Amino acid sequence: MSFLQKPKVSHSGLPRNELGLSIRDYEGSMSTLCAGCGHDSVTAALIQAIWELNLPPHTIVKMSGIGCSSKTPAYFVEAAHGINAVHGRMPSIATGANAANRNLHYIGISGDGDSLSIGLGQFAHVLRRNVRMLYLIENNGVYGLTKGQFSASADLGSKAKKGEVNRQPPIDPVTLALELGGSFIARGFSGDKDQLVPLIKAGLMHDGFALLDVLSPCVTFNDHEGSTKSYAHTRHFDHPAAQADFVPRKIPIQAVYAGGEAIPVALHDGSTVILKKVAKDYNPVNREEAYQYIQEHRARGQIVTGLLYINEDQAEFHTLNGTASGALRDLPYADLCPGAAVLEEIQQRYR
Amino acid sequence: MKPTDVSNPDHFHRVVDCQWACPAHTDVPGYIRLIAQGRFTEAYLLNRESNVFPGILGRVCDRPCEPACRRGRVDEKPVAICRLKRVAADGKGEIASHLPPVPARKNGKRIACVGAGCASLTVANDLLPLGYEITIFEKQREPGGLMRTNIPAFRLPTEVLSEEIHLITDRGVDLRLDTPVASMKALLERGFDAVFVGSGAPRGKNLDIPGRYEDPAHVHIGIDWLESVAFGHVTAIGRKVLIIGAGNTAMDCCRTSLRLGATDVKVMARKPLTLLKASDWEMEEALEESIEIIPCHAPRDFVLADKRVQGVDFDVLEYHEHDGRLESSILGSAFFPADDVILAIGQENAFPWIERDIGLEFDRWDVPKVDRRTMQSTRPGVFFGGDAAFGPENIIWAVEHGHQAAISIHQYCQGEEIQVRPPVGLHLASTKMGMHEWSYSNRYDTSGRRKVPHVGLTERFKNIRIEVELGFTPEQTGVEVERCLNCDIQTVFFAPKCIECDACIDVCPTACLTLAVNGEEEDLRGRLKAPANNRKQPLFVSEPLTQTGRVMVKDEDQCVHCGLCAERCPTAAWDMQKSLVKIPYASDLRGR
Repeated sequence: MSFLQKPKVSHSGLPRNELGLSIRDYEGSMSTLCAGCGHDSVTAALIQAIWELNLPPHTIVKMSGIGCSSKTPAYFVEAAHGINAVHGRMPSIATGANAANRNLHYIGISGDGDSLSIGLGQFAHVLRRNVRMLYLIENNGVYGLTKGQFSASADLGSKAKKGEVNRQPPIDPVTLALELGGSFIARGFSGDKDQLVPLIKAGLMHDGFALLDVLSPCVTFNDHEGSTKSYAHTRHFDHPAAQADFVPRKIPIQAVYAGGEAIPVALHDGSTVILKKVAKDYNPVNREEAYQYIQEHRARGQIVTGLLYINEDQAEFHTLNGTASGALRDLPYADLCPGAAVLEEIQQRYR
Repeated sequence: MKPTDVSNPDHFHRVVDCQWACPAHTDVPGYIRLIAQGRFTEAYLLNRESNVFPGILGRVCDRPCEPACRRGRVDEKPVAICRLKRVAADGKGEIASHLPPVPARKNGKRIACVGAGCASLTVANDLLPLGYEITIFEKQREPGGLMRTNIPAFRLPTEVLSEEIHLITDRGVDLRLDTPVASMKALLERGFDAVFVGSGAPRGKNLDIPGRYEDPAHVHIGIDWLESVAFGHVTAIGRKVLIIGAGNTAMDCCRTSLRLGATDVKVMARKPLTLLKASDWEMEEALEESIEIIPCHAPRDFVLADKRVQGVDFDVLEYHEHDGRLESSILGSAFFPADDVILAIGQENAFPWIERDIGLEFDRWDVPKVDRRTMQSTRPGVFFGGDAAFGPENIIWAVEHGHQAAISIHQYCQGEEIQVRPPVGLHLASTKMGMHEWSYSNRYDTSGRRKVPHVGLTERFKNIRIEVELGFTPEQTGVEVERCLNCDIQTVFFAPKCIECDACIDVCPTACLTLAVNGEEEDLRGRLKAPANNRKQPLFVSEPLTQTGRVMVKDEDQCVHCGLCAERCPTAAWDMQKSLVKIPYASDLRGR
């Protein structure tokens, strides 16, 4: 935790994006997380990605539940909308917000406790509904805010700081999401921004629910020898399978993609993700093969990372439910609130 | 790139841009911090260690530190370093008792210094505590050299000048005033163990154009005229004055003229405005006093009537670039009327008193050959410094020459090899005081540069002795000291401790840090978080890191030394450490 504020001075040669904003215009308040926390790197990656995407701050909604991870929304894009929800209940609030205004960019930040323990039910259903949002889990395998108990994502045999060994099997959000029908499933590492920033950009532009599980080491309670979620362990066992290069709409795809091994996937806003197979035998557009590959490598102790599964054709929440085509706030009052007579008519149908 | 060798004191010294740029390497952030604490005497003494004349230099230094100041790269205007130096001098207490004692028992070596200017005085200052007997020969009736004769009293009050000279001469210097040295040969025969020549560049350049010598009473050589004013021989000048030349001497001449009765003063420059030699601030002050600076005018001839100067005819020039060189062509001519004309087109060395057959070689410009490191001439035991050595430079260079000459003279007199220079040292100490506390003021203050108040435009011309600059008020000082970025509080990196968590990189406000796969400098500079375009700033490159083998790269250029990298580092791989560059002086060779 730092008592200092980040000085109001920046590099004189700092570039500006299409909106004329520098990356520092996308910062939030000073982090009060532990020095060296992976979450702060995730924050920096988010800022970088959002700045590069030229998103106006007022089109962003930041949402979270409870936990160290859930403090993150305070630390980026100060001018965005945001809500800090009840523990594990952020998915419901995100669904409601998205239902009311489908034109905003929703970023849910959660942790392994918030999503895989208390909020597992909510997590499963927001994923099934394919609500358009970037759902980012800052996963460190430990309850940092309550001083270092194993979380639901702690691996079998992983050691706590004082030597205790975890005996319960972990919940892996990635394989769970594959099982539940997720349309965009990715895993990154807070210590590898070159991989993480394009994943965030692709996730934000995905037409549906984008799960991004980020291994984000807890520098205070889970960065020791014997931990399977430390900086050193993650770096050693990181197995990148499919690299995602994000290509913005304005750049013609032919300029960067000449065919071959990579798979281009068009996103709904006109941008493209180019999936490069880092592992030759990996197939990021086949759910069953992806599932099998990840399970096999997990059995060997390897952590498969990258854009692991994508399906842009899966119908998202609004399409599934046949909702209004725009934000509810843009509907004429008479359409939004048709009056007692119409209500009476609807009620008649159920009598 | 190879890992940066941080064991070389120059690595950390370069980070302190102001200190590195100062010829005498004054510890600027160190004394600014002392001023911030109200410790003016200590700030003065720290200054004096390197620059010897803080009160004088706090007013008239050429201040190479300020263009170098990092604040100027981050926030347009540099810290007002020179002004703060004056604050230390103005606020100091008693100084003499804090100076190193001069032993009553001498070491038996006698040194002669020619000229009592800043270079000779520095030699005396450095050698007195070692027991040397110093004799200074001065042709004027007062010591100080050009500091007294060429800098007008409204910029440098005589009391300030005399006080700092006395701090040296009162410590047992045999000061022979009104004693010009007429022959080097004769001086050498007097049995001194070494001779130091600090006689300045006393000859003003002449302008041989038609009519130059017809009216000697009204055509003056700038530095000679300023000298006559300084000693009270000249107390008046005509109403219309033309200054030929646009260097700092010209600025002093034009402003002095205004104080001796002139009402219409024009500075006539041959070059365009952007290429004038005068320091920006000296020009600003002249403009403030309604001096006209007229560029692109080259004097052609003096216009006279009845052997009395009426004015000067000029060629009006136009400049254009040709093959990368500036060439001029004549557009026409112009006449400017004048009662007096002052020539301020430069000055040069003159050594009519040095015989050419005593083993002291001169180069093809008739200037003695002097070694830049040792300040020794080709005749062992004869040393040069100040403007006498390499032509007109400035006071702070003269002081540095004096320090180096003092080291050489001591080595020479003790029979040591003078080419072996004492090494520069470096001391580093952590400034970490607690979890989130540092022993320096690391908050970035957004205030702009303070402007020093001046005496009003009606008041200042009443007397040539009225100092125009008033110095900072305590309130201004309080703000200006906080503008210093503490570049001497170094970011020190311990590669083995780094876990590559990116915390420092994410928090750095000026994007100085990058974790990168190593490469050649050109390639690496292009891959940093913010463009590293200032080639004068070397990159810091760490040893390969343990987890990925990448390197930590720091572009020092715009680091504001806020300490956030160290504050956010979970493993203390970064630390903020105060560096103290140990510049060697003659006194450090004591007992060798």
